[in-house]
Amino acid sequence: MSATTLDTPAPSRIRLGLRAVMGVVVVVLATFPLLNMLPQDSVFHVSDFLVSVSGKWICYAILALSLDLAWGYAGILSLGHGAFFALGGYAMGMHLMRLIGPRGVYGHPVLPDFMVFLGYQQLPWYWLGFDHFAFAMLMVLLVPGMLALVLGWLCFRSRITGVYLSIITQAMTYALMLAFFRNDMGFGGNNGFTDFKELLGMPLNTGAARASLFYASLVSLVGCYLFCLWMTGTKYGRVLTAIRDAENRVRFLGYDTTSHKLFAFVASAMMAGLAGALYVPQVGIINPGEFSPGNSIEAVIWVAVGGRGTLVGAVIGAFSVNGLKTWLTSAAPDLWLFVLGGLFVAVTLFLPKGLVGLLKGRAK
Amino acid sequence: MTETRKITRRAALAGLSTALATPAFRPSFAQAAPIKIGVLHSLSGTMAISETALRDTVLMMVEHQNSKGGLLGRRLEAVVVDPASNWPLFAEKARELLQVHKVDVTFGCWTSVSRKSVLPVFEELNGMLFYPVQYEGEEESRNIFYTGAAPNQQAIPAVEYLMGPDGGEAKRIALLGTDYVYPRTTNRILRGYLNSKGITDADIMEEYTPFGHSDWQGIVARVKRFAGEGKKTAIVSTINGDANVPFYRELGNQGIKAEDIPCVAFSVGEEELAGIDARPLVGHLAAWNYFMSVQSPANTEFKNLWQAYIKNPRRVTNDPMEATYTGFNMWAQAVAKANTTAVDAVRTAVIGEKFAAPSGYTEEMLPNHHLSKPVMIGEIQADGQFNIVYKTPAVVPAENWSQFIPENANRRRG
Amino acid sequence: MKRTILLLFLLLAAMPARAQDAFLAALPGLGGGFGAQVEAVGQLGTLGDPRALPILTALSEGRLLRLADGTLLIRDGTRLLNAATGAPVDVAEADTQRVTINNRVRGALRGALGQLQIISPNSAERLAAADAIFRARSAENVPLLDAALARESVPEVRDRIALALAASRLVATNPADKLAGITALGETASPQARSILLEARAANPEVATQIDAAVAAIDQRLAIRRAAETLFQGLSLGSVLLLAALGLAVTFGVMGVINMAHGEFVMLGAYTTVMVQDFARDIPWLQPWSLPIAVPAAFLVTAAIGAAMERGLIRHLYGRPLETLLLTFGVGMMIQQAVRLIFGAQNREVISPPWMQGTLMLPFDIPVTANRLWILCFSLVIFGLILAAIRMTRFGLEMRAVTQRRPIAAAMGIRTGRVDALTFAFGSGIAGIAGVALSQIDNVSPNLGTGYIIDSFLVVVFGGVGSLAGTLIAAFGLGVINKMLEPWAGAVLAKVFVLVAVMAFIQRRPRGLFPQKGRAAEA
Repeated sequence: MSATTLDTPAPSRIRLGLRAVMGVVVVVLATFPLLNMLPQDSVFHVSDFLVSVSGKWICYAILALSLDLAWGYAGILSLGHGAFFALGGYAMGMHLMRLIGPRGVYGHPVLPDFMVFLGYQQLPWYWLGFDHFAFAMLMVLLVPGMLALVLGWLCFRSRITGVYLSIITQAMTYALMLAFFRNDMGFGGNNGFTDFKELLGMPLNTGAARASLFYASLVSLVGCYLFCLWMTGTKYGRVLTAIRDAENRVRFLGYDTTSHKLFAFVASAMMAGLAGALYVPQVGIINPGEFSPGNSIEAVIWVAVGGRGTLVGAVIGAFSVNGLKTWLTSAAPDLWLFVLGGLFVAVTLFLPKGLVGLLKGRAK
Repeated sequence: MTETRKITRRAALAGLSTALATPAFRPSFAQAAPIKIGVLHSLSGTMAISETALRDTVLMMVEHQNSKGGLLGRRLEAVVVDPASNWPLFAEKARELLQVHKVDVTFGCWTSVSRKSVLPVFEELNGMLFYPVQYEGEEESRNIFYTGAAPNQQAIPAVEYLMGPDGGEAKRIALLGTDYVYPRTTNRILRGYLNSKGITDADIMEEYTPFGHSDWQGIVARVKRFAGEGKKTAIVSTINGDANVPFYRELGNQGIKAEDIPCVAFSVGEEELAGIDARPLVGHLAAWNYFMSVQSPANTEFKNLWQAYIKNPRRVTNDPMEATYTGFNMWAQAVAKANTTAVDAVRTAVIGEKFAAPSGYTEEMLPNHHLSKPVMIGEIQADGQFNIVYKTPAVVPAENWSQFIPENANRRRG
Repeated sequence: MKRTILLLFLLLAAMPARAQDAFLAALPGLGGGFGAQVEAVGQLGTLGDPRALPILTALSEGRLLRLADGTLLIRDGTRLLNAATGAPVDVAEADTQRVTINNRVRGALRGALGQLQIISPNSAERLAAADAIFRARSAENVPLLDAALARESVPEVRDRIALALAASRLVATNPADKLAGITALGETASPQARSILLEARAANPEVATQIDAAVAAIDQRLAIRRAAETLFQGLSLGSVLLLAALGLAVTFGVMGVINMAHGEFVMLGAYTTVMVQDFARDIPWLQPWSLPIAVPAAFLVTAAIGAAMERGLIRHLYGRPLETLLLTFGVGMMIQQAVRLIFGAQNREVISPPWMQGTLMLPFDIPVTANRLWILCFSLVIFGLILAAIRMTRFGLEMRAVTQRRPIAAAMGIRTGRVDALTFAFGSGIAGIAGVALSQIDNVSPNLGTGYIIDSFLVVVFGGVGSLAGTLIAAFGLGVINKMLEPWAGAVLAKVFVLVAVMAFIQRRPRGLFPQKGRAAEA
């Protein structure tokens, strides 16, 4: 891929402006569960549905943020980030399944329902340890991280870049999807995991649990945002951006581009895994559909719509595209694909820097 | 400059907040007149191929009911959403239907996973879902009514037929399916049943393929080989949706005739056959609880209603559509009986409700939230319709917990 | 002596009358229950009365009707004929009921029709009859087949009759007949013969050793055949991959446009086939040609849409390949939903012409399905045409010039914008042609393209972007490997293995099997 036309670091006034936008978004979101407690007829009342659905969007925003780190800053266009998201989700799902315990339909003390009726006698080895929250959380980060490490090491070392890398990551998520669809894998096949009961002693179907998960997601979003902000601001971040724009030149200058990219890729995969882990208890299901290549492409689109390489753009993109999708799938169930498809076309044609670019462009 | 920027930023924020505050996200205050019917069927994505017809069936029923003066003197209003064959989106849309649109009842879902995805939502918010597709059983929810077949109303009678004199006295069975829970569970139940009838595991072949599998050359060739062991062989197919067309094409092209190796399918109906040239498939079988070719006054009414609604005299009806139709009518009867649409009252009222279904039998809603239904076996004809070669003399009550799954013996009674 | 002759004469005179009685007596059974039907069909087959032939044919084709009083009628075009007399009857079809059959009756019918048709003057009918008797084998057919074999002159039909005779002998009571049957069956490479032998094994313990030897001989022949079959299956899968990937090899490989709407172009090609077929349905002389006509039609339709898309949208994005991915993804979504709204979400029916149905026998008795063989050949022809277009035409020359060094090509007077549009249209058109072929083996639904897009990209990348020969080899290679893995890994895992293998391979050779060399590769 040739050098991109993205700006050198934006003027600091704009950068501050973007951070302010992020701050406003976070503060507005933070009030949702509180406003939810207002009486129904209040103007400021936020419905239960909006709280639960925006909890889900926050997870998407973390995924978009992670993708922006890889694509917007390190130039790695991953079409398989959905796989890291799903793996994090599966790790969390396994924990939630173990917590069901004997409350499943067959009342088996250890085995989840799907294993019972598929005739498993005992828990497969890779399920061990998932009954502990800390272990599961570790896996949420480690499994996607390890996969990214292996894949990234192999690819970056062989200097696979651009479109080739995109296709390989897409093949990865596709292969994982097919594999997880198999019932013999021990991950519940197509049905995946559902019917979760509780997390950390909290029954999941209560408003309190939803609010807690909502805030956990929001805190994670802020944490990930600050991490990305810090990382891209350091010297390491500058080298990363340089690699994105002209990898060969940076290598000729003596930098080890492989390890720079690898670090960003692994960090990004772990963030995606975290997003997935927060997502699963909020939507109540994880299944191999999350690995589908279309989902990963959609995540790329959120970043592109918001504006790549700006962090805030990714967050805004995730919120606006998903908000639009939620609204249109009810308001125009037959036509929403036209609106969304048209939006993608329009954004790539007219807003190459995304919604954030609109802001920046005006400021100049 | 500064001025413009301010405006832009404000505009952007305003845009964001309008996006968040559009009417769809707020509870509607207009709770007065209409009874709201939620329609939760995929209109895009992989399942649209099957589910759009069910959406149309519900819309037809709403229109039909309104033309009869509505229910309880109120108009019916359908709320259609598109969960886009995406399972988490199913849960979100279910929540939206219940919390935002405050629907009184929902008709929806096709795949098991979509039902599993919305089940906790319906239980948490005490909604009511009518699920119209045959499924693997092993489930019971106070908030879901299952109007499709349980395994004992479809799979077992079909295999019984294959092993009987009219079906060709099959001694060897190839179980082919798509790799998901319905085929897995059904085949497990069938294996238990076959073993109990003296067919050993050596005479059972089981093979699974991914969704949308389109290259059946190898598997069909293996079935032919499996059939070449000197015993009458039959295929039991739980192949789902899209994969059926290439499967049947391969079956036809490799010359597998129904007289030699009959194939009985549980997921192939009139709608699926509309996409295939059925002539090479004549004689292969399907087991359902309804066929379009059933001769009954109720079916004539149903077919006329449908073809008039869809404005196409060639459109076919199928089993899940009939299950939707029957479910809708039972719900309407229960609402009339309970004189309210409140979920708890209707739930009690609908149990024991009877309806003269298009299948030609009077079906009843049982206390286990499943229907008693007749079982029918049809042979594919050249025109894509089914010739009914067997039907049970009376309706069969649904057993959602199969006796052929040993774990059900110590199941926690819910 | 005299008395004997007299007796013989009397007997001969009486026979037609008796046969006629039996024929008429058996007839009503056809309108009865399935059990009665089987019995009646069996009787009519053994009687050998040629009048039974049209009646049984009508029954098997669903053209036998029944009046309320039990009279059987045959529908012949628009006329209704009395089954017993063959005379036209004046009855409204609404007053009749169709006689339905089930598989058991169908099996019996096949045997009976075979018995009746084995004396047919038409050799194709005799061949079918021999096959039918082979499947419906019974000892009472032995004399019939002996006679037929003696009369037969066409070698192919002779072989089949001999096989049917062998199968029928196997179920005979005469031990010598049995052994002859076993030997004859053991000389074939037919899985059915194997099945028949094994079936007979339990009932005939005295000839078990001979049967085992015959089965072993068949198995040996089958093993070789099976390998050939697997190879063909792999090549067939490869041809499907090749067709799906070829258009992409042009748009992506040559132009560098990541066209995520490629699958939708394939789908549009398939829908064009449906529309051509629907159009031709009412024009009898056009009907058999609908598929050949669909090929150029699909090319033109998708090429036009491709050209419009390139001129309207994609040309604004040159130099930003990854952005074309987002744009075309959006366009793909819109095309898919548009097709869903216009044509409906249901599958559309595509009728295969007769020459694309059934199984063909290659030399050495290797069975191949006709549609897949045609598609395999078709894919190679299309590949050849594309290669020729790129190598030998003015347009191909300009296309290569523009993709290799755009400014210099422009300086030489090539209208690069026009070439871009034509190249993209060309690639899109090929995708449309692929759709015509895929409509013969897959669903024609709005989702058709989605299943092929990832595989297509992988094939192009694996073969080496920009190399058509690489695409060809990658497609067939992946197809064959996939089919070889399938029997012991299962369909899903085989595919996963292939994906992982391709990913690993690209690590070793990041530019694919046939990397482009020179300056163009650096772009």
